[in-house]
Amino acid sequence: MNFFTENEDLKFILETADLSYIIKMYENNFREGDACDYAPNSIEDAIENYNRVLEVAGDISGRIIAPLSESIDTEPNYLQDGRVIYSQPVQKCLKAFCQAELMACTISREYGGLNLPNFIFTMLVEIISQADAGIQNIFGLQGIGTVIETFADHKLKEKYLPLFASGKITGAMALTEDEAGSDLQNIKLRAEENPDGTWRLNGVKRFITNGGADILLVLARSEPEIKDGLGLSLFLCEGGSSVSVRRLEDKLGIHSSPTCELCFNETPAYLIGERQRGLVTYVLALLNGARLATAAQSTGIAQAAFNEALAYAQVRKQFGRRIEAFAPVAEMITKMKVAIEASRALTYETAKVMDMSAATVKRLNSENIESTEKKQLRRNSKRFERLAMLLSSLAKYYCSEMSIRVTRDAMQVLGGSGYMKDYPVEKYYRDARITNIYEGTSQMQILSAFRGILSGTMEKYFHELSCFDFPGQQSALEKKLQRGRKLLSQSVDFLNNRKDSQAVELYSRQVVDMATEILIGYLFLKQSLRSSRKLKIAKMYINDLGPVFKMRASYIKKADTACLKNYALIVNRI
Amino acid sequence: MSYKIIVLIKQVPDTTAVSSQTMKEDGTLNRGVLPAVFNPEDLNALEMALSIKERYGGSVIAVTMGPPSAADILRDAMYRGADKVFVLTDKRFAASDTLATSRVLSQAVRKIGGFDIIICGRQAIDGNTAQVGPQVAEKLGINQLTYVEEIVDLTDGKISLWRSVEEGKELAVSSIPLLLTVTQTANIPRPPSVKKIMKYKNAEVRNSLSEACGINDLSSRGLLIEQWDAESIGMDPEMCGASGSPTQVKKTEKVVLKGKQFKKIEQTDEGIRELLQELIKDYVFD
Repeated sequence: MNFFTENEDLKFILETADLSYIIKMYENNFREGDACDYAPNSIEDAIENYNRVLEVAGDISGRIIAPLSESIDTEPNYLQDGRVIYSQPVQKCLKAFCQAELMACTISREYGGLNLPNFIFTMLVEIISQADAGIQNIFGLQGIGTVIETFADHKLKEKYLPLFASGKITGAMALTEDEAGSDLQNIKLRAEENPDGTWRLNGVKRFITNGGADILLVLARSEPEIKDGLGLSLFLCEGGSSVSVRRLEDKLGIHSSPTCELCFNETPAYLIGERQRGLVTYVLALLNGARLATAAQSTGIAQAAFNEALAYAQVRKQFGRRIEAFAPVAEMITKMKVAIEASRALTYETAKVMDMSAATVKRLNSENIESTEKKQLRRNSKRFERLAMLLSSLAKYYCSEMSIRVTRDAMQVLGGSGYMKDYPVEKYYRDARITNIYEGTSQMQILSAFRGILSGTMEKYFHELSCFDFPGQQSALEKKLQRGRKLLSQSVDFLNNRKDSQAVELYSRQVVDMATEILIGYLFLKQSLRSSRKLKIAKMYINDLGPVFKMRASYIKKADTACLKNYALIVNRI
Repeated sequence: MSYKIIVLIKQVPDTTAVSSQTMKEDGTLNRGVLPAVFNPEDLNALEMALSIKERYGGSVIAVTMGPPSAADILRDAMYRGADKVFVLTDKRFAASDTLATSRVLSQAVRKIGGFDIIICGRQAIDGNTAQVGPQVAEKLGINQLTYVEEIVDLTDGKISLWRSVEEGKELAVSSIPLLLTVTQTANIPRPPSVKKIMKYKNAEVRNSLSEACGINDLSSRGLLIEQWDAESIGMDPEMCGASGSPTQVKKTEKVVLKGKQFKKIEQTDEGIRELLQELIKDYVFD
């Protein structure tokens, strides 16, 4: 099995994505070719490299990780003298990544990385998640290297980035504390400066993914007198004797990814970038990437569950017929597939916008730019940044909820067998369950996305998408989406005018759902220009939306807050 | 101590992708419809060579005999970590049987010279003879250990290893140089390195005797796939190809499996008992 070459939809997305501007900017017009023997020398060459990288990841995922996935789930990582020891199967997976030199995908070649755009890295994340979602967490934390490259000083980069590139070290991001989950401003872990400019960390972090890593990026309070997010800075420290892993969490799923409680005791640390910018600049800059990765992870898990469900439905017979011949089963399977492709469209649209944002910044930073172009680039950069924030929230929210729904339905298709450990579907279901919780719960994503919709960023983007010259069939479908947009903007205005913050909080979900559905409609419509199969999907998807839009709009218009008014009475709060 | 390891590899039609078009009317293989792949057990051989290199130091040289397009698997070997590669291409090598093939390969190995270990896959999925490895060892007059599962130790010119035998496994010791053959259960072949792919995908085949332009440049950049013909390895053309091959195919038979030959076994104790009886009767189990 190769999880890339055998995934037609993923290949379709790559083939139809126009990455030329992004590649040119990422490759700085191919100037690196002479200095580095693995740098591409043209757009085509870069695309060939991307395909090869994806094939290798597809091979590792299908041939090495997927067969280990069951033992990964049942053989736990363990703690020894305050250090995390990966289980044998987890070690095998990580070894394969190192051998393939896939542990520094996004850092630049100067430090031994592959300089891949987000778009391709996101595909790797999806492919690996299809094999095992928890392994993806350790793999994905190579993003720590990118944070170091972007924000840390030269000395730290020189010291740590080549180690990431060689696969000798893994990283972790230590943000969460007991009282600071969604609310990171409340972080307590103390950072104190030494006379020589280095720092010491003291305190406790919780729920830290891969907390036993060699390198930790830690959000800590460097300004004890400032109580909010402005009092926080970002630090780099090495895992070791001064960072003990107090406990490994016992979790529902993603067993390959060790979730740790960490105790910092006079831990030596270096400041990353500037003081006080830890949360407000650096961590916020990471959020989009973390959301995007979770969206891709969700999609990968759902794809794995779908494959199992489809294979089962094709052979399982009841009442003398294959169960896929029964309407309710066929409907379930079709909807699973459409939802996965919707997630994929949304995920890679988001990845592309994030790359456009990064590419624009790269262009801005290059030499000899005329002032008119500069102005335009600045405007674009802001626009892409706003859009990236909105789309990453939408993608994270939609894909994670989709993953939970699809894995649940996959279990439904397998029936009693799916509930048993004999099939991997129950594992996918458990793994999927974390996706709408970590990296910002669905409720937080809705809040964040709702702001983007209120600000008009969403409607501007819809307008751009609708400026496409759609031919006959697509044009009729586009009109339906336009009607949805009208209902959406009426609903947003209505909520805005109500000045009832509780009603807004309650019904923002309906608004965000509607916006997501319209966006997916447009993305399917764009895909339908390249594939007749996608036209069928677009038709089905968009035609289904009419009644849904109406329902959402009338809910919003009613803006009933009875559940809040009668809360105490109904829940029998004592 | 570092070791010079030569891996003998073969490009084969992917017989796991067999379809109804696989056989021609005359019962011979229609190579055109099957993708050409790295013979699976040769990947295990390469993996064993690379892990010896990692453990004890040394270099890995991959050699294949075949048409110029067989260089694809040499590139693949480079992606996985082979240090140097050679393709043995000559029209006069075509139609070699296992004996002729082993003559060509052993001549190439002699020319490379100074080796410590030769590793081959047990057999190739197109012929399944498992003869070439042992014949190469015979020609070179060195020890051979087949069905190797795991290297235990390699010191002071002695190698100890586990080999798989019918009733279990056997610990064997030999001096080097020697030839090993490896089966699919020995290891999981490592994935190719993406950086090496980006670098070596441009590796090119050049005949070392033709002094084609750019050969030194390719070699200095590590992008050379050296091509050797009969003369360059000192091979008597009469001893290879069809003229050097005593094996003749007398007859091939086309076997078409039909649905009626399948039998459904119920998942009951009774069903399983029947199946076991049948397997014992057919000598699958004893």
